Amino acid sequence: MRGNLTFDIAHLLAGSLVLVSFLQLYQARLYALLNIYALHALVLAASVAWQAFVQGAPHLYVTAAIALVFKAIVIPVVLHRIIVRLGIHREIETVVGVGPAMLAGMGLVALSMVVMLRVTPGADPLAREDLAFALSVVLLGLLMMVTRRNAVSQVVGFMSLENGLVLAATGARGMPLVVEISVAFSVLIAFIVIGIFLFRIRERFDTVDVQALDNFRGERR
Amino acid sequence: MTVVYALCGVAALLAMAPAAIALSASARSTATVYGASLIVTLTLAVISLICLLGYLPRSAVTLPLGLPWLGAHFRIDALSAFFLVVVNLGGASASLFALGYGRHEHSPQRVLPFYPAYLAAMNLVVLADDAFSFLVSWEFMSLTSWALVIAHHRVAENVRAGYVYLLMAGFGTLALLLAFGLLAGGHGDYAFDAMRAAHPPMLLAGLVLALAIAGAGSKSGVVPLHAWLPLAHPAAPSHVSALMSGVMTKVAVYGFVRIVFDLLGPPDWWWGMVVLAIGGATAAMGVLYALMQHDLKRLLAYHTVENIGIIYIGLGLALAFRVHDMPLAAALAFTAALFHVFNHSIFKSLLFFGAGAVLNATGERDMEHLGGLIHRMPQTAFVFLVGCVAISALPPLNGFVSEWLTFQAILLSPQIPAWGLKFLVPAVGALLALSAALAAACFVKAFGVSFLGRARTPAAAHAQETDGNSLAAMYFLATLCLLAGILPGIILDALAPVTQSLVGSGMPHQAGLQWLSVVPIAEGRSSYNGLLVFVFVVLSGSVAAIAIHRLASGKLRRAPAWDCGYPDPSPATQYTASSFAQPIRRVYGASIFRAREIGEMPPPGSLAAARLTVELRDLIWEGAYARIAGFVGFAADRLNVLQFLTIRRYLTLVFTALVLLLLVLAIWP
Amino acid sequence: MAVTRDLALQFAQMLVVLLLSPLLTGFVRKVKARLLRRQGPPLLQPYRDLIRLLRKDVVLAESASWLFRAVPYIIFAATWVAASLVPTFRSGLMFSWSADLIAIIALLGSARFFLALAGLDVGTSFGGIGSSREVMIASLAEPAMLMIVFTLALVAGSTQLSTIAAYIVSGAAGLRVSFGLALPALFIVAIAENARIPVDNPATHLELTMVHEAMVLEYSGRHLALIDLSSELKLLLYVSLIACLFAPWGIAAPEADAQALALGVVSYFGKLALGGALLALFETAIAKMRVFRVPAFLGAALMLGLLATLLLFVSGTL
Repeated sequence: MRGNLTFDIAHLLAGSLVLVSFLQLYQARLYALLNIYALHALVLAASVAWQAFVQGAPHLYVTAAIALVFKAIVIPVVLHRIIVRLGIHREIETVVGVGPAMLAGMGLVALSMVVMLRVTPGADPLAREDLAFALSVVLLGLLMMVTRRNAVSQVVGFMSLENGLVLAATGARGMPLVVEISVAFSVLIAFIVIGIFLFRIRERFDTVDVQALDNFRGERR
Repeated sequence: MTVVYALCGVAALLAMAPAAIALSASARSTATVYGASLIVTLTLAVISLICLLGYLPRSAVTLPLGLPWLGAHFRIDALSAFFLVVVNLGGASASLFALGYGRHEHSPQRVLPFYPAYLAAMNLVVLADDAFSFLVSWEFMSLTSWALVIAHHRVAENVRAGYVYLLMAGFGTLALLLAFGLLAGGHGDYAFDAMRAAHPPMLLAGLVLALAIAGAGSKSGVVPLHAWLPLAHPAAPSHVSALMSGVMTKVAVYGFVRIVFDLLGPPDWWWGMVVLAIGGATAAMGVLYALMQHDLKRLLAYHTVENIGIIYIGLGLALAFRVHDMPLAAALAFTAALFHVFNHSIFKSLLFFGAGAVLNATGERDMEHLGGLIHRMPQTAFVFLVGCVAISALPPLNGFVSEWLTFQAILLSPQIPAWGLKFLVPAVGALLALSAALAAACFVKAFGVSFLGRARTPAAAHAQETDGNSLAAMYFLATLCLLAGILPGIILDALAPVTQSLVGSGMPHQAGLQWLSVVPIAEGRSSYNGLLVFVFVVLSGSVAAIAIHRLASGKLRRAPAWDCGYPDPSPATQYTASSFAQPIRRVYGASIFRAREIGEMPPPGSLAAARLTVELRDLIWEGAYARIAGFVGFAADRLNVLQFLTIRRYLTLVFTALVLLLLVLAIWP
Repeated sequence: MAVTRDLALQFAQMLVVLLLSPLLTGFVRKVKARLLRRQGPPLLQPYRDLIRLLRKDVVLAESASWLFRAVPYIIFAATWVAASLVPTFRSGLMFSWSADLIAIIALLGSARFFLALAGLDVGTSFGGIGSSREVMIASLAEPAMLMIVFTLALVAGSTQLSTIAAYIVSGAAGLRVSFGLALPALFIVAIAENARIPVDNPATHLELTMVHEAMVLEYSGRHLALIDLSSELKLLLYVSLIACLFAPWGIAAPEADAQALALGVVSYFGKLALGGALLALFETAIAKMRVFRVPAFLGAALMLGLLATLLLFVSGTL
């Protein structure tokens, strides 16, 4: 750790990913959330590129490029356009407030650190701590999906969860299928995103009266 | 021999009780009783201080009182000497204060007999060396303080306060009785020496810890057993409130330390975590409750809860360090806790004395009916300010030193290998920092709304300064606050024999250090010099004052307040206690107290007043106490049926009981 | 000889921080004005303001007490002592061991305590607004600052500022995640404590947008001069603190010679200029928050500090 710059930069990038996940939890406005997600993907791309440099694994550069192009640029732009066209409500309703969500996030980070460090006592220290950060990012993405009512924020949570998985995959060395898995995941996400919004359009154009829909479903808030 | 001197002092105090009854008709009864208490407690304080510093031998004695096969054991060792100093210092200052304050008492015959008995009981608890005398003294202490709480029995809320206090005191004594029973083991040897020698199995020891927290903790006011404290402490006369908050809670801490650190033997891995968690929760909840109050004495009582939390945080850390064999760190944490015991007894007594002086001068306890008292009662305001600065843990006074030592102990805890503590200690550290900041906010409110600004009622506008005795007591305590803040090394060295005997190590010797600094662990790691900080601040302030008055214009004139050009002559437009606490209430109160503000504005054209109602709910009271009380009521209603049975039914009950007992006798192997 | 040299350097530090603080404030205002395409006041304007205030009479409200008159001196003394203990161009100052980072924070807390009391002293509602908001902000900023102190102390093994600075300069700390979390937290706390945008607006004198200005509304003349100087000192303290903790290169070691000292002074000026410019840029780029969004903002700083401390508790290398 002392004076080992590669170690430090890898940790710093992984830690920044956790920090950006917290920033996502903090956001109350939809456009700001998309920008932060773009930052999330950017930091992921930087982290993967650094791992490619450190491990000498050129196929990881491809993963980094995919993350940069697809997740940092294409998906946020597409989501932005969809939000504008469908006129989705631009404030994110939360189930729990920002304060308790942040506290819960802190507990999750602590939990994943402790779990990872206890379960892997003999492994390479760099890999262990990066895995701990990756698990934190996954858990924070899940927390975001659980504590937000808005469909777009749930999609963003799912994608940041997937970013955490990519980080974990690159941190643990020796996974040659990473490129294929990355592409497949991205396409899958794209299909899920489009699917959700098609469903919403169908919902929206089927009936305008939410009250009638509520009565019909027999559910009460 | 030392313990015999101490017992003579206690006997003198006990003798004063019936003497006070006899004298109660005379006009000089107040001065006699309080004056005599002052002399005796001062002597006891000096004796115990000399014993603590090692110039008098530690000793024990057994008196042929109480149970015939047990006798009454009394001992003075390092821990009891320290707590005796705390108790008697508090008692002496309260007696001095009461020499002036007690003259305004309407019914002295309800207060005077119980006061010396109360002091005697607290001394006996600290001196007791076997479970029986400990419990008898403990109960005696509860009963005398209960009598003092209901001294002003014509006020309905005082009677209710006394009722809740008696219930909780009984609960506490029950828990301690069970704890001592478990410690005594099967053969029932109640002397502390025997309990120390016996080593109970870990499960039993854990149970004793839980019972000690319930018993001693409820008397000192840990959350959730604190509910009696803010009812009972304000109800008593102010010098008794000071004793209850400043001294009796410390006697309860003494009980906890004696049981857990001395009698129980080596701690288990989870003990430190439980005490630490309870301490952290108590500190945070106590100060949040205090912020929502606008009754001055109730605010001070809730604040006692916060400081007890800080003490328990230190004790929990000491336990954790002990489990993992880190004696130096344990000594640091334990010393921090004990230093805070001393500090809190001083500044809380000072603050309660100030509140008592205000109550005497204006007849009001509610801050929203006070204001502008700094002009009418300047000396009281000054000493109250010193108390507020001390309790907010601001340098260079003493509150800061004990908080600083606790923080240093927290910074040593990453070395503990337990994973639970790695979660818990940062969280508790954050809670401690939060409660320190909120305490400062609380006392800005308390001092600012009561003493500063303009008078809100005629009572406040016509207040008179307090008398000389009360002021002397307050100045004495304020000076102690300053001295303990500037010269903490002396107190740390005095505490070394206590930590040595209980934790196995003392802090490094402070007396020889350069410029009287305090170095808790090692010189290069951290140090604090209160004296230098104080000197620097005073010097800089003086240099600035001199330079300004030389170079700048010295002129000054008075004018109406600027108030952005719209000064309002009515003092009702000032900030009240509730309005001052509103931002904090909005941030923290919405979740913890379900705080709601309801504003009713009259329709336009109507001349009716607008009304703002603030609703706060005490969730601990509703969730725990009210539920248990409701359950007891429900059970009692159901069992009431037993009062109205026929003769045949009663005979059936007796018959069934007899048959059941015979069955048990038949089956038991 | 060494003792007199150390003493002289300590006094030099005290004078430097006192004389430089108005210049820093003037610099920040000038950069802000330029960013808004204005000329802005001259760099030395704060000095002129102070001298002007010193020459004026004090107009005291009729309900003000002795505390109101004493508070400016108390605040100034506490802030000046705290600022003198933060290493600027040389670490290991003669009296730096008498107060560690926790004590420095607590000294600033004392100053804030008395300022809040002064706000309540005259008995107007504006003072009450300022004081109540100030203690709310302080109730979150102080714990966040303490968590940052814990983070630094756990890495460097000490709460003494000089030791921490020396540890970071030596490179033994490296680029740590916890430092990466503590730096934004310290930045947020510094903004809150110095009453800058987005927490408070130092340039406005409109009632409902101010916190610090509301508390000092009734002050005038030499008292106001002292309070203004104290807030300028506090800004200098925080910029020096951030520079000392996160960019300590160039600070002269305790046994340094004249050349290293000169280098220390030059690098300190550079860091102040950079810090001031960044602050001005940040203040221009962001709008002031509503008062009740500030707890969320500061709560984020507290969480960051707590997370950094937690990471250090759990794993010593983070």
